[in-house]
Amino acid sequence: MAIAEQQAQGTGERSWHSIVLQTLKRNAISLIPYVPDRVLTPLIKNLHADPFFTTFATAREEEAVGIVSGAWMGGRRGAVLMQTSGFATLANVLASLAVPYQIPLIMFVSERGTLGEFNYGQSLVCRTMRPVLDSLALEHHTITRLDELEFIADRSIKQAVTTQAPVALILSPLLTGGKVFDK
Amino acid sequence: MNTGNTKVMNRFDVTARLIAKLKHEEAVIGGIGNTNFDLWAAGHRPQNFYMLGSMGLAFPIALGVALAQPDRRVFALEGDGSLLMQLGALSTIAALKPKNLVMIVMDNGIYQITGAQPTPAAGVADIVGIATASGLVRSSWAADEEDFERLVDEAMSADEPSLIAVRIDDKPGVGTTRRDPVQIRERFMHGLGVREPL
Repeated sequence: MAIAEQQAQGTGERSWHSIVLQTLKRNAISLIPYVPDRVLTPLIKNLHADPFFTTFATAREEEAVGIVSGAWMGGRRGAVLMQTSGFATLANVLASLAVPYQIPLIMFVSERGTLGEFNYGQSLVCRTMRPVLDSLALEHHTITRLDELEFIADRSIKQAVTTQAPVALILSPLLTGGKVFDK
Repeated sequence: MNTGNTKVMNRFDVTARLIAKLKHEEAVIGGIGNTNFDLWAAGHRPQNFYMLGSMGLAFPIALGVALAQPDRRVFALEGDGSLLMQLGALSTIAALKPKNLVMIVMDNGIYQITGAQPTPAAGVADIVGIATASGLVRSSWAADEEDFERLVDEAMSADEPSLIAVRIDDKPGVGTTRRDPVQIRERFMHGLGVREPL
């Protein structure tokens, strides 16, 4: 079995989604608006099942960014879950809300469009993500390994909060298994 | 647009009437452009937040504040053009039902600040109808200034989110918000008791 598949199929305390959930909880991040993604499904399901979290779907990703920005200013921490194509809708809100107002916006982006993508549009959208992040000099990390996930996520969340700056944590198919063509 | 017999009011006047009613450090989120300019002009309060971009996000930002501080009333002021950009947020709010959130829509049917072009909704869509159909059952047109004040009073003690739509004229904002986003955010957090001033 390939390493990525072992990681993606990991269960219990060692699965990528369990580590993300526990890292969010340890950092007192309790408000989780999201626009769903197939890869994020186990994480979203477990967040809904845990009463520590307020987890709900929004119609658009920028709506979710607005919600966690308001919550931060009101003293409650949040994080937004999305996929690559959702991130592609965020340039305006990043540049006109999160960055200039110095809001520690925490984003988890399930990466589509690479390492086995079957939809040409998704692969093109994916190519816009890092240039947008870099154009605003936003901190971002692409997480590929299960053994590095907790360190990167935990440290990045703490850095976002203490430096009052957004961060994007890109969950690579190498970590999650990604979405593959199955028909 | 089915707005019944609603009177055409003025954004600054209506905003000032709202601010005069706030006695318990209620939060107010002012949407992009004229909406927050008139909030600023009505007199700065530590619990005011002014948006300098991110068109359409006044209600989502207010929702976040409302979820973070459920014991504080949170008002959001938004223009009709801005709301049209984020109609899905109405359903999100209807699903979560934060009882401390009050949404006010200033509807003149135009993008006043960009040259008074009509919005695509002008003359065909009904903001209150859209809100009601999105699940926000406490949605009403204010018939006149007195009715607006009555609706605000009701929203103060409502047990579910309220939306008040106001037909307004085509006048620009009275003032101009000082465009310092970090100062705006920091003062707002002081006003909400999240942080102490340095």
